[in-house]
Amino acid sequence: MSDQSGQSAQNNTPQSASSGRRESFWGELTDELDDWLRIEPDGTITAFSGKVELGTGTRTALSQIVAEELDIPFECVHLTMGDTSLTPDEGYTAGSMTINSSGDALRQAAAEARRILLKLASDRLDADLSDLVIRDGLISVLRDPERLVSYADLMGGKRFKRKVSYTAPLKSPDTYTVVGTSVPRVDIPAKFTGQQSFIQDLTVPGMLHARLVRPPSSTARLVSLDGNSIKNVPGVVKLVQRGNYIGIITEREEQAILAAEKLQVEWSETPSLPPIAELFTFLRSQPTDDHVLIDDGDVEKVIASSFRQISAEYHQPYHAHASIGPSCAVADVTKDHAMVWASTPGPHPLRGTLAQLLGMPIEKVHLIHVEGAGSYGQNGSDDAAADACLLSREVDRPVRVQWTRQDEFVWEPKAPTMVMEVRAGLDSDGSITAWDYHVWSPSHVARARFAGQLVAAQLVAGQPAPAGRFSFGAERNAPTNYTLPRQRVTVHYLAQTPLHASSMRSLGGAENTFANESFMDELASAAGVDPLEYRLRYLDDTRAIDVLHAAAQKAGWVTHPAPMIKSADLLEGQGLAFARYENEEALVACIANVQVERNTGVVSVKRIVVAHDCGLIINPDGLENQIEGNVIQSLSRALKEEVQFDEYRITSVDWETYPILKFSEVPEVEVVLINRPSEPALGAGEPSTCTTAAAVANAIFDAAGIRLRQVPFTPEKVLAALHDTSSGT
Amino acid sequence: MADQIVITVNGKPHTVQAPPDTPLLYVLRNELGLHGPQFGCGLEQCGSCMVIYGREAKQSCKMTVADVGQTPIITLEGLMEDGQLHPVQEAFIQEQAAQCGYCTNGMIIATAALLAKVHHPNERLIREALDGNLCRCGSHIRILRAVYRASELMWGPEP
Repeated sequence: MSDQSGQSAQNNTPQSASSGRRESFWGELTDELDDWLRIEPDGTITAFSGKVELGTGTRTALSQIVAEELDIPFECVHLTMGDTSLTPDEGYTAGSMTINSSGDALRQAAAEARRILLKLASDRLDADLSDLVIRDGLISVLRDPERLVSYADLMGGKRFKRKVSYTAPLKSPDTYTVVGTSVPRVDIPAKFTGQQSFIQDLTVPGMLHARLVRPPSSTARLVSLDGNSIKNVPGVVKLVQRGNYIGIITEREEQAILAAEKLQVEWSETPSLPPIAELFTFLRSQPTDDHVLIDDGDVEKVIASSFRQISAEYHQPYHAHASIGPSCAVADVTKDHAMVWASTPGPHPLRGTLAQLLGMPIEKVHLIHVEGAGSYGQNGSDDAAADACLLSREVDRPVRVQWTRQDEFVWEPKAPTMVMEVRAGLDSDGSITAWDYHVWSPSHVARARFAGQLVAAQLVAGQPAPAGRFSFGAERNAPTNYTLPRQRVTVHYLAQTPLHASSMRSLGGAENTFANESFMDELASAAGVDPLEYRLRYLDDTRAIDVLHAAAQKAGWVTHPAPMIKSADLLEGQGLAFARYENEEALVACIANVQVERNTGVVSVKRIVVAHDCGLIINPDGLENQIEGNVIQSLSRALKEEVQFDEYRITSVDWETYPILKFSEVPEVEVVLINRPSEPALGAGEPSTCTTAAAVANAIFDAAGIRLRQVPFTPEKVLAALHDTSSGT
Repeated sequence: MADQIVITVNGKPHTVQAPPDTPLLYVLRNELGLHGPQFGCGLEQCGSCMVIYGREAKQSCKMTVADVGQTPIITLEGLMEDGQLHPVQEAFIQEQAAQCGYCTNGMIIATAALLAKVHHPNERLIREALDGNLCRCGSHIRILRAVYRASELMWGPEP
């Protein structure tokens, strides 16, 4: 049944959303074997992936998959990623889909190549296929090992000219020697020794430097610009102004910084943002496009006639991706060609968008991905690429654009704000009779698929960011994986919200899980049942039950039907949350141990345990690294983060106005990996981001008897809730 | 020119071409081609741009080249000797202590400066020493492990 709820969510997802995901988001996969693999004359393998390395270790993991399926040493595999002239169009690197999609495509391509190579070897060695063995890229005859031929001898430098049939036999996971091992990351040594690794490090001959002078807000208008104010700054090549778009191009980087600082610009601003304190009321007052994902019927009636009715509303403020390195890009645009280097997660889609921006045929645009700082969704990378293109075209020379810290905080799309409301009916024995879930959200995907979606184009034209062509992402994990007797799940899409928003790690998965898993805890408490026991009553998927038990065992789960009333100044509590990402991907159970200081309201998270099942594990250490990162980043979001704004503009512009978790605040994180070699390998870039906020909120409830329904869990919110509890309101 | 600025970076003198009020970071990256120190904020808030200044880990994004004076600068590249990794670099690799790796420069520099002074720091001291270094990917747990490992590689097990 738990699988069914996931299934029905898939089936009922609005057509626009699902087709948007399948057709445009993940690219157009090629089935030409030569597009995926090449055997070089020296016997090494060049593999091609349209996905890109975002600092998550996918370059290593994908290379492991190829090495394994081709029986060739890991060191002999070289992966080319994210180059529009070389790699397949795999759309965006997002949604924890790299291992599932690119990994599967490469595995199938490698298996196909292996089958072809075996057939060629059989002919060459005059031996039966069944008598051949492969080791380290050499095919030999089992009982006559002197008779052998290498991959290089058979196919080195040649093209296969065959299709990937998806019928080639795949190696059995129990014979794996490379997949499933913690191969160290191939990109790490260069990064730790200062070798050129990042887009910020890239230089090309004749390159100029640029800084932008952005308006203070997206609705500000340019009133005046005094070019004379920078006439004493040396090295200025061009001051570019088009509409509200201003950029300064100089010979040297420090000159661009100085010029941007000295340039006299006057903007006019109008108050266009609602008071931040009224954000959630504002969201619920807006017109919506409603999608009912599940409706078992009579939900309201059953809740109303139940023994008890319980409801709660949860709030998600805007968050920032807050990449540690502000976006940067380099472009060399001439009259009839554009060469672009960018840290975009979607080289092929962005190529099309930039071609449109430049009014060029798409064949004339060549885009190469170069790693940036971690982006966790859509940060400023695509917009920086557009800036580099526009400015390079102005001077007919290569231009490197470096965004400032403030550019990144103000102009990156924000992780969307959301409202989640859950209502349920309970029987006299505490069982759920019906569950009614509503989420209000803008689309979580507003990637630049056409030029007007780029900040540069909006500033040039004086137009705001347009609404996306489809809404997507708020349905993610809106349905739970619990077997509920009766439920309704509704997504209320908002066309626009006050700040421009787009995808961040897990899309709506984290926020919906925060609401669902907090609410499960509220119901358990109302029923007087231990939170773990209560969840297990509604789960029949053995993998779900296993992750919960694994986490509980590792964390030393203490059964507690209700928070104990404590009088100490330092209150301690333990909280639990569970999710199956997208209802059918990786399974995660998270247990947090927290301390709440009664006098100050400070929440300290001491320990977080995560049990994680993503099927077959490709690289255990890389996986653990991803999970630790998910936990710490999502904890930072839960404890500290909220994008601040006043009626005119965003006021979170640096690390003081948008603080994130520091070393002194990081808890112990312990990970239990459940490996399932016979199950498909599922992505792990996002699932464990979903459970943290709810586990912490539930632990705070256990510690202090207060229920926090809006992140971040700041001392002010804790003190206010403690005050409300003690005064009985 | 009498007022030419000469700074010492990784043991070698360098005559600065940029104006004296230029932050050190841009001279390291653009004149010397050193890509260890990274631009993270330009506000001395994140630590990505750290270098070893004398014996201290210091952010290079606001300190001007004029203010560097005679104090020698060591960058991530300069930690290596004769192509051999510094033990802190070695420890960070062994612990795979990064995700995107953009902040790692600052983490390694801050750790190298700490361990030069305190051979076997306790956890509280390590967390304090790294508190000004922000990591957005959440590699903190590994970085802490790498600091312990580096301490052992450099100074042996805790007595």
